[in-house]
Amino acid sequence: MSDVTQSTAKKTPDPVSRRDHMAQITATQAVNLIDKQSAPMPMLQLLNSDGNILNKQYIDAWDKDTALKLFYAMHFTRILDERMIGAQRQGRISFYLACTGEEAAIVGATAGVEMRDMIMTQYREQGALAYRGYTATQFMNQMFSNVLDPNKGRQMPIHYGDKALNFMTVSSPLGTQIPQAAGYAYGQKMSGEDAITLCFFGEGAASEGDFHAGLNMAAVLECPCIFLCRNNGYAISTPADEQFKGDGIASRGIGYGVHTIRVDGNDALAMYVAAKEARAYALKHNCPVLIEAMTYRLAAHSTSDDPSGYRSRDEEAVWREKDPIMRMHRYLQQVGWLHEKALDGFITQTRSDLLAALKFSEKQATAPLSEIVTDVYAEVEPHLQDQLDALQMHVNKYPEAYPNTSQQTAADKQGEGVQ
Amino acid sequence: MAQLNLLQAVNQALHTAMKADERVMVMGEDVGHFGGVFRATSNLQSTFGKARCFNTPLVEQGILGFANGLAAQGAKPVAEIQFADYIYPAFDQIVNETAKFRYRSGGQFTVGGLTIRTPYGGGIAGGHYHSQSPEAFFAHVPGIKVVIPRNPYQAKGLLLSSIRANDPVLFMEPKRLYRASVGEVPEMDYELPLGHADLVQEGSDITLVAWGAQVEVVQQAAQKALSHGVSCEIIDLQSILPWDRETVCQSVIKTGRCLINHEAPLTGGFASEIAAVVQSECFLHLEAPIARVCGLDTPYPLAHEKEYMPDALKTFEAIMHAVHF
Repeated sequence: MSDVTQSTAKKTPDPVSRRDHMAQITATQAVNLIDKQSAPMPMLQLLNSDGNILNKQYIDAWDKDTALKLFYAMHFTRILDERMIGAQRQGRISFYLACTGEEAAIVGATAGVEMRDMIMTQYREQGALAYRGYTATQFMNQMFSNVLDPNKGRQMPIHYGDKALNFMTVSSPLGTQIPQAAGYAYGQKMSGEDAITLCFFGEGAASEGDFHAGLNMAAVLECPCIFLCRNNGYAISTPADEQFKGDGIASRGIGYGVHTIRVDGNDALAMYVAAKEARAYALKHNCPVLIEAMTYRLAAHSTSDDPSGYRSRDEEAVWREKDPIMRMHRYLQQVGWLHEKALDGFITQTRSDLLAALKFSEKQATAPLSEIVTDVYAEVEPHLQDQLDALQMHVNKYPEAYPNTSQQTAADKQGEGVQ
Repeated sequence: MAQLNLLQAVNQALHTAMKADERVMVMGEDVGHFGGVFRATSNLQSTFGKARCFNTPLVEQGILGFANGLAAQGAKPVAEIQFADYIYPAFDQIVNETAKFRYRSGGQFTVGGLTIRTPYGGGIAGGHYHSQSPEAFFAHVPGIKVVIPRNPYQAKGLLLSSIRANDPVLFMEPKRLYRASVGEVPEMDYELPLGHADLVQEGSDITLVAWGAQVEVVQQAAQKALSHGVSCEIIDLQSILPWDRETVCQSVIKTGRCLINHEAPLTGGFASEIAAVVQSECFLHLEAPIARVCGLDTPYPLAHEKEYMPDALKTFEAIMHAVHF
């Protein structure tokens, strides 16, 4: 046998001459079926419901400006959600999807990473954009699918994407961003960037095969990224206990060899600290980190959904009491950073900004008809040019049937100068 | 007879199938207590129990893999994929497993009891991922049948046939018509044969072929053409695979012209297959090139949905072009 080993070693020089995939495994003489109780995973909590810091070590975890920026972004997100659910009910947009109750998980994690980090989301993470400075008008341009939307109005409302803010364009299919985040992070590493990828998804999406592919590949290929699971209890109507039987999503991270932390997702400070430390760890060690944010989807799945069909008002009331914005509010009061008048002013101003932006954006034209064939390929291929030419002739013949594009010349002029 | 919409007809077919055969089981995301995001599976769980109508984890490849195994064991799973746009993670299970199960085992094993239900199609402001019409992908795969109803009567009869067929069936439901299409549906248990087209309207100048939600679009176009003195024959294919070549070709031999309309993109769409067969079978009878009025070769664009759609006006123009060729 030793001869064989030697000849093999000569053919393929390998620093690891003998692998042992059982090196870490010890033997036992007892039949022992291990279950999830064997390794319970607590969640990091730094603020109690009264807003008191539970671990003095984190008193200086952030400065006043960061805490207030995060808090205002949470408020902005809440107001945006309320406004747009209203707009959907008024028939002004076709669809909306709120993140009520999950603002701390989303905004807290975003605040914990750097602007140069890529963010890939599922579709309920508008708070990440709000924190990064997306304006009321930018939000509205996407939701009204108008010519000013950088994604050219091609996707349903809330499918944001903004290159300048390192926010990857949202795709509806669930979990597809998880292996993409691993690949993007690998690219960041290979090009020597001091940056990671922060990838959000829900506990339902974690059932997709892409979750397995993404976490395993990120671990094996040493990708500096954060996988952030918003465990909000529901995937549309399906409760988490019909989604999986394990100890949440966090327990899976261990199985993939991914460093993992479970966090109280309604605790903005804990989310911020966890994301910040996860980022530092991922960059230093070139590896992924999994964060499971334990939270609750106070909102309906979307405006197409009615949660009264699958959960009780009592259950919702319990979580309404755990409102992450309320907890952050109390914390800011405790540390003396809250200026109530300034907050009231911000809320009033935000409401007014959003309404003005809505009224502006809904009046903007859709993208020119020619954009229907751009971006399918890098260049407009001849068959698409033919299809566009035929379509243009048809629209010209029946302008009244295609009002959005036939009246574009006038509307385009109106849209000019507005950026 | 009761007036039902298309969703209610699907729901009634599922109740009928589950009542008649305890091997019929309904599975998918949110199909349990909630009754599905469109309510197509309402009250199935309360009537037949959680073991026969159950929520699955959110994993399409798992749903189809599980359903393949269940069907191989002898059950008749009716697996729901919430939107046809989300069927692709299950593509491997359908294309390489469902469709080849019987052939690769020399007929020893089969998943012939499997039915896959999925809402498809646009016109509902659904953008890229709630609008697609992927029937041609699956029609390309030998071993799975593809069925699309256009109204409640067809939906119930074709779904019952699909569930009871000895072949796996992809049953695609035009979601634009879920509540919009209302019609009389017999309460009795009835089946409509797979592989047969439905002659919707007789005419003499051109044959219009469509399926699902596009049938009413070509009907509108035919109405407009009639006011210009053009008589259209309309055929609803119902079954995309196998498709009723005889009915279509006999009609084209009579009218001398053929137009096919589908929502899916033009290139490689199922119209191409129909056009090739019609050209081959009816060559000497054709008085104009076969016309295809289809979606553009682009992803489904939200802002330009109206322009993208193969609508009645585009169909009318193509009819008139063919007639005056």
